[in-house]
Amino acid sequence: MADDVTISARHVIKAFGQGAAAVRALDDVSVDIRRSEFFTLLGPSGCGKTTLLRLIAGFEMPTGGEILLDGADISTLPPNKRPVNTVFQSYALFPHLTVAQNVAFGLQMLGKPAAEVKATTERMLALVKLEAMAGRKTAQLSGGQQQRVALARALAPQPKVLLLDEPLSALDLKLRKEMQIELKRLQLETGITFVFVTHDQEEALTMSDRIAVMSAGKVQQVGTARDIYIHPRNRFVASFIGETNFLTGTAEDGALRLGTGERIEMPGLRASPGPTTAIVRPEQLRLGKTADGGLQARVVSLVYFGTDTHCHLHLADGTELVARLQSPASGEAGLSRGDSVGIRFAEGAVQQVED
Amino acid sequence: MAERSFHVARLPGFATMAVAVFVALYLPIFTLVAYSFNASNSMAVWGGFSLDWYAKAWANEQVKDATVRSLVIACFAAVISTAVATMAALGTTRRRAFKGQTFIYVMINQPLMVPEIVTAVALMILFGLVKTVTGIHGLGYLVLAHAAFCVPFAYLPIRARLEGMDLTLETAAADLYATPWATFRRVTLPLLAPGMVAGAMLAFVISLDDVVITEFVKSGGQDTLPTYMLGQLRRQLTPEINAVSTMLLAVTVVLLTTFFLLTRKKD
Repeated sequence: MADDVTISARHVIKAFGQGAAAVRALDDVSVDIRRSEFFTLLGPSGCGKTTLLRLIAGFEMPTGGEILLDGADISTLPPNKRPVNTVFQSYALFPHLTVAQNVAFGLQMLGKPAAEVKATTERMLALVKLEAMAGRKTAQLSGGQQQRVALARALAPQPKVLLLDEPLSALDLKLRKEMQIELKRLQLETGITFVFVTHDQEEALTMSDRIAVMSAGKVQQVGTARDIYIHPRNRFVASFIGETNFLTGTAEDGALRLGTGERIEMPGLRASPGPTTAIVRPEQLRLGKTADGGLQARVVSLVYFGTDTHCHLHLADGTELVARLQSPASGEAGLSRGDSVGIRFAEGAVQQVED
Repeated sequence: MAERSFHVARLPGFATMAVAVFVALYLPIFTLVAYSFNASNSMAVWGGFSLDWYAKAWANEQVKDATVRSLVIACFAAVISTAVATMAALGTTRRRAFKGQTFIYVMINQPLMVPEIVTAVALMILFGLVKTVTGIHGLGYLVLAHAAFCVPFAYLPIRARLEGMDLTLETAAADLYATPWATFRRVTLPLLAPGMVAGAMLAFVISLDDVVITEFVKSGGQDTLPTYMLGQLRRQLTPEINAVSTMLLAVTVVLLTTFFLLTRKKD
């Protein structure tokens, strides 16, 4: 195993329920999380991302497979014996303790000397800018402040891995943006491996070093934000991350033949029987006059979004495509409903994906 | 919507009925309290205000003796039943639903459902047997009997408190390196404490007021305050009994008010 891997999940299976009624929340998941990286588990609700996080934390035991931490199998260790801490979605701050006592809790349980507990607690409170709140009860804090206490509490014992279970979902948009930057800063400052669970693709794209896209208990793709956006491996990843146009046709050597009979150049494509799916992102469509060639299409509607304008198009066979056009200074895209246009694609923008 | 919806308070005669109910509930108690300040030694004729009966009751060795015994039994019963109820509540809430859960629930609450006189007779027979076999006499039988019938009263507020507690807090403690015992002591117990205090108070009051079971279980010379009062009623009636009752009432009201304040929702 590579030296820089902190957490390694190997063929992990987690089933809930018994016998025929058992549901596999995780179905043979293998993923390596590297040291000091911001790793995100991204997927819709029910995809198994939180289950994987709970298995790493030790709140659940895997039905099959193993979880390694720095090469050692921790699958059967109880949570209090794992050098891993969690920031809970509901924060789970202890209501009977003050902010400082909350932060000190893990250190005390580890049996650290009182002086070290005090010093580390102060340092952690400074890190999340809550020195002034040390003596308050947690119920007296705002949502954002509670979030910071939860972070400080989980970071204080200096875990090898910090697990974050949709920690920003309860915050309003503005606070969420601030906390995204804050989280990234904390991760860089502490150098601790962050495993972040979210269903919000934007959150995942802006914060993560690498992302694992999950669906139906399986990891669909692992890669950097750019990898996943530009080269989605299958239909699910392509549609879950960003907006996508799907083109279905028949593969010929070097081109995709659409239902309209038109061909799209796709160097590298080999002829194969059965339908083939390709994707193209809306910002990679170039609209021109019909006489200039390209796919012949008709403008169905235009939606103005400020920075850009979404142009909905129909091909001759009814296939719907969306083009995202940067709004010119005048704000007018120079198109109107019912116009006939020719669509061209940026080079390499049309890619085959698995179904 | 609210204007048109059905409202009991708007039915004709509601106010009259409410007043009648309150009078029925509180008139006897007010009368009892009032006559405890009666200067005459009659229960029926008002002879002016006096604290004589309180002084008499205070000086009465039998009353003192019974009061101390009542308090001792109530204290032990409250502590024992609270400990048992806490374990029962933890056992019935801190796990997934299991087969026979309702049965266990009913078993714990048995004293609330079985007629008290039946429990009393059963205890008398069983303890009589034990006393004959072992030859041991003492207050222990009363303490045990009281502790047993106090369990469901202590159980209810503790269980309610546990059910309202966020389980994630215990998960969080375990995540922060707390052993199961440390989690219980540092997180569960402090959060449970108000429920336990409330349960103990309720148990204390229930034990303090009990007549039926005590009357059947007690040996000679083991009168508690309520059984002493019952005994007095058979002989002569003086407002001394009113004074004793009023003091018992005062203690009960104070404890129940504290119980109410402790179990009241914060928000």
